[in-house]
Amino acid sequence: MAVVFEKTKLLTDKPFHYCPGCNHGIIHRLVAESVDELIQEGKLEEGNVIAVAPVGCSVFAYDYFNMDAYEAAHGRAPAVATGAKRSKPDTLVFTYQGDGDLASIGTAEVVHAAHRGEKICTIFVNNAIYGMTGGQMAPTTLVGQKTTTSPKGRDEAWCGAPIKMSEMLAEVPGSYYIERCAVNNNANILKTKKAIKKAFQYQLDGKGFCLIEVLSTCPTNWGLSPVEAMKWLEENMIPYYPLGVKKDKGAE
Amino acid sequence: MSLTLMKGSEAIAEAAIRAGARFFFGYPITPQTEIPEYMSARMPEVGGCFLQAESEVAAINMVYGAAGTGARVITSSSSPGVSLKQEGISYCAGAQLPCVILNVMRGGPGLGNIQASQGDYFQGVKGGGNGDYHLLTYAPSSVQEAIDIMMFAFDKAEKYRMPVLFLADGIIAQMMEPVEMPEMVDFKVDPEKKPWACTGWKPGDDPEKRGVINSIYIDTESLTVHNAKLQAVYAEARKNEQMWECYKTEDAEIVVTAFGTVARIVKTVVDQMRAEGHKVGLFRPISVWPFPYDALAETCCAPQVKAVLDVEVNEGQMLEDVKLAIEGRKPVQFFGHLGSQFPTTAEIKEKILEMKEGK
Ligand SMILES: Cc1ncc(C[n+]2csc(CCOP(=O)(O)OP(=O)(O)O)c2C)c(N)n1
Ligand code: SF4
Ligand SMILES: [Mg+2]
Repeated sequence: MAVVFEKTKLLTDKPFHYCPGCNHGIIHRLVAESVDELIQEGKLEEGNVIAVAPVGCSVFAYDYFNMDAYEAAHGRAPAVATGAKRSKPDTLVFTYQGDGDLASIGTAEVVHAAHRGEKICTIFVNNAIYGMTGGQMAPTTLVGQKTTTSPKGRDEAWCGAPIKMSEMLAEVPGSYYIERCAVNNNANILKTKKAIKKAFQYQLDGKGFCLIEVLSTCPTNWGLSPVEAMKWLEENMIPYYPLGVKKDKGAE
Repeated sequence: MSLTLMKGSEAIAEAAIRAGARFFFGYPITPQTEIPEYMSARMPEVGGCFLQAESEVAAINMVYGAAGTGARVITSSSSPGVSLKQEGISYCAGAQLPCVILNVMRGGPGLGNIQASQGDYFQGVKGGGNGDYHLLTYAPSSVQEAIDIMMFAFDKAEKYRMPVLFLADGIIAQMMEPVEMPEMVDFKVDPEKKPWACTGWKPGDDPEKRGVINSIYIDTESLTVHNAKLQAVYAEARKNEQMWECYKTEDAEIVVTAFGTVARIVKTVVDQMRAEGHKVGLFRPISVWPFPYDALAETCCAPQVKAVLDVEVNEGQMLEDVKLAIEGRKPVQFFGHLGSQFPTTAEIKEKILEMKEGK
């Protein structure tokens, strides 16, 4: 029988621990497949890839990506990736980070990786909440969104409006390519993969810092079913966090 | 032997390069800024990497990243900056990453001052970051000794897979001394020797050799096993790596304990007082972790010893280890200064004379 589909070898056989309906799993697969394709296409030497996992629900990503990998301290993945990339400039180095990790505790590290034009890629999974610790407010939590630390809904007067990291990082002169994507339907899944692959290609071409933000669901902590969660993402997150390319120096 | 006059900070930086360090990540802070400055010019000459990080937090995480590839990596800072590094140091210890960290101590707590101090002894040897871990910690008392320790620091870090910390005070970094600089060692990352490192594993290779730089062990069983492994390494280091110096202690009635630059001041006191007929000696730990408890006890609890005096530029931090070693067998007194003021020979002498009078 002809093989029409195979799971990429760039993922291990370890079962994902993610909740049903969580988008982390889809995003992992897109990342791994992008690396795999670049290897198949002869653009990346096999073995020349390093993943840096964050602290968050994807803390075990180092065990899902079938490659050399790090587990970094909360928010520090871009600094860890910097050290790895400077030591192995021919290696594709990427970080995979949540919104608490990247937009709160790790803002300094990501801004300065972008500022230095660090030749790394960041996959930024924004689910507007702290998933791992049980659903606390993140800097990306929408106004009015209820979390365990904003039980009455996020109050803008008290704690500000949600931060738009992609737009902010696009303003940093050192960043090269920034795009916001979502995996809420097939078309967007394909777009996300294309964006990830493009970012990786830019890195292989020696271009600067690239970040792909992926809007993502957290059905568990949003208190919604997987289907409702996807709908909530479409109706609330996408309008506030518009999808699309925020910066692409390669296209200028 | 050819001697060169060198400033401590530059000599230490050069020694690191000669020992094979090719990556330096750091952030400016007095009194060690000459180290990153030197590295910024010198690293490119040897094909190495100097990178000024946005903070000490980032710098130590860059160390984590580069050390994870098997390279020889060093970072340096002074007390407040080393405080910021503690998270990353704990991660390096947990992930068993060899690297070298320099703390050129200044006065604290908080911003303190920029003068030399010994106030970070506790931070260095009793933890600093979270969890059950240790660092091989050395307290050089001369520029030459700092160089000599640097020449084996990376070997030890790699042998035990643990970070090495230099607890140097600002005086070591700031003073100029004639030194002998060793030859450059030829270091290359050998994936065979570092099967744990990220050196280009691919699917199909031995799964055991996939580079996984990690400190999370989520269930109690695996964390217990991991910590037991770390403790076994520490036990081995305790057995093999204690370093100390005994100076004129054979017949000493008063033994002074001191580390770093303070020990040099004490040495002068010993010589001066010996010339006047007083039987005084110095016990100087060179490794402060592992602390030479047994050697100190043997020296300080010898029958002729009447009392022990610990001298430090802090409120008595190593004093606790001195007392732990002596276990109440001899009286221990302390003389120290706060606020980064180094004791004079006259002050120490006066204190010893008081002790001799039974005070
Ligand atoms: C220094 C530190 N502070 C706090 C935590 C606790 N913590 C673990 S994950 C997390 C939030 C992660 O949220 P996010 O990055 O959005 O990832 P998600 O779980 O939503 O994918 C926090 C606060 C930690 N591990 N380390
Ligand atoms: S808690 Fe949320 S982010 Fe975490 S695995 Fe579950 S659904 Fe995904
Ligand atoms: Mg999140």
